[in-house]
Amino acid sequence: MRSRALVAGCVLLGGVVAIAMVSALWTPYDPADTSGGRLEPPGPEHWLGTDRLGRDLLTQLMIGARVALSIGAGAVALGGALGLLAGIAAGFAVRWLDDMMAVVLDLLIAFPTLLLAMLVIAARRGSLLSAVTAIGLAMTAVVARPARQQVKRVLAQDYVTAARTSGTSWPGIVAGHVLPNIWPALAVNLALQLGRAVLAEAGLSYLGLGPPPPNASWGHMLREAQATVLVAPGDIVAPGLLLVLLVIGVNLLADGVREVADPLLRGRW
Amino acid sequence: MSLLEAGNLTVRTADGRELLRDLSFRLARGDRLGLIGESGAGKSLTVLAIVGLLPAGMTASGRVLLDGEPILGAPEWVLNTVRGRRVAVVFQDPLAALDPLMRVGAQVAEPLRRHRGLRGAAARRAALEALTEVRLGDPERIARSYPHEISGGQRQRVAMAMALACEPSFLIADEPTAALDGTVQAEMLALLERLVAARGMGLLFVGHDLAVVARVSRRILVLERGRAVEEGEVGDVLRAPSHPHTRDLVSAARRLHGALERMLP
Ligand SMILES: Nc1ncnc2c1ncn2[C@@H]1O[C@H](COP(=O)(O)OP(=O)(O)O)[C@@H](O)[C@H]1O
Ligand SMILES: [Mg+2]
Repeated sequence: MRSRALVAGCVLLGGVVAIAMVSALWTPYDPADTSGGRLEPPGPEHWLGTDRLGRDLLTQLMIGARVALSIGAGAVALGGALGLLAGIAAGFAVRWLDDMMAVVLDLLIAFPTLLLAMLVIAARRGSLLSAVTAIGLAMTAVVARPARQQVKRVLAQDYVTAARTSGTSWPGIVAGHVLPNIWPALAVNLALQLGRAVLAEAGLSYLGLGPPPPNASWGHMLREAQATVLVAPGDIVAPGLLLVLLVIGVNLLADGVREVADPLLRGRW
Repeated sequence: MSLLEAGNLTVRTADGRELLRDLSFRLARGDRLGLIGESGAGKSLTVLAIVGLLPAGMTASGRVLLDGEPILGAPEWVLNTVRGRRVAVVFQDPLAALDPLMRVGAQVAEPLRRHRGLRGAAARRAALEALTEVRLGDPERIARSYPHEISGGQRQRVAMAMALACEPSFLIADEPTAALDGTVQAEMLALLERLVAARGMGLLFVGHDLAVVARVSRRILVLERGRAVEEGEVGDVLRAPSHPHTRDLVSAARRLHGALERMLP
């Protein structure tokens, strides 16, 4: 069976990835090049026009794709790894420790992601790495809570007892049974979190807390475009559109992963 | 010397209730002991206590000796060399006892990898051999299947193949046929008897159905609410049950059997 959602998600995500990769090798202008006229409309020189410092907007858009994806992927890697570890630890922990972790996770989840990220950035100053750290840490609880439930669900299964009676050690159980069985749900969750991380990065940059130049960011572009919306109303379109397409793509990907990752679903429906 | 010996085995819950009380029995190499009792009598807890896998919070006291070596309360790394290698367990519900996301062949190969150090082609070959030994037709296809893709009887044979793959000297079967329908159940029992006899394994057969337990066991132990109420040779117990609970079990089984006989011309 093929998943249409998976294909569509891959196409959208793949498009943004392609733009990001090209931007690493080539952009129409240097991101710091201010030689263009101020707030030029789209034209043959600058396909998407220029900002109020005379910098090329297409260049910023391409670099923005790279920044969005690397911060998103970095945050998912960090938040996913920490969240999975915390989830497994809680799943195995003695009762009181598990209860405590459950409360802490609930509190962290109730705390708005952007606020948490702003605190981290305020403490560490803006850079690519601190954005990854901030968004990744904020994501940890969101990954850990369902992971904990999934780990507990798997550990309660008869096949874990059966594996134990055949002499499998706890690490063997985790690697051989727990991870494969929580993976479908985890993969879907991580794909969704990638979308949220991209939006969080745009949000931070929009608030002026994003990575500093020469990194460009769609969130920052939207902030600039908003400031000059009366003079150059079209500037808002490109970064907004790419952001929406990327988030839609990632969510479609999550749906596709849900359909494909589970052989029980694959075999029967 | 007995292969397996339980002495005053007692299992308590965290709040001190005794779910199993002073259970003692011996099982010699090649012997077959049936453990019978109503649902909830503590049969499965006995099994789990022997292999050291009681549910969290429960504690076991008393003695469990395997080949004279104490295994109750032994450290985890010791138990991990006992479980599967020297003592193997087949559970009641083979669908639940198999990992739904792991191909059957990989699951059968798992204990082989761990206990016999087999890898790659050698592990695959040994897994296929184990599947062939439990009389599964087309073991290649079964090995490639996921548990939900094969029938209940096939799954229980797979579970048996997993249990027997490392040639344990002692097999525990916890109601292995309770989830199977009649004819498949009879085939499974025949297979179990044949394999146990061929390998000279000790067998602890757990069940709630006297007819089934009596068929595969030489001796039976009757469990009622966590206590052993009667033990003896199968024939003796069936002929002259001494404890009221055993008498109930026997007469219930006879009534069922009698009803069937009367239907026949
Ligand atoms: N995880 C558990 N927590 C609390 N009580 C349990 C648990 N498992 C079993 N028991 C209790 O222990 C008793 C014996 O259970 P079990 O050994 O599973 O019975 P059976 O003879 O049907 O296999 C039952 O009364 C059951 O309620
Ligand atoms: Mg039971």
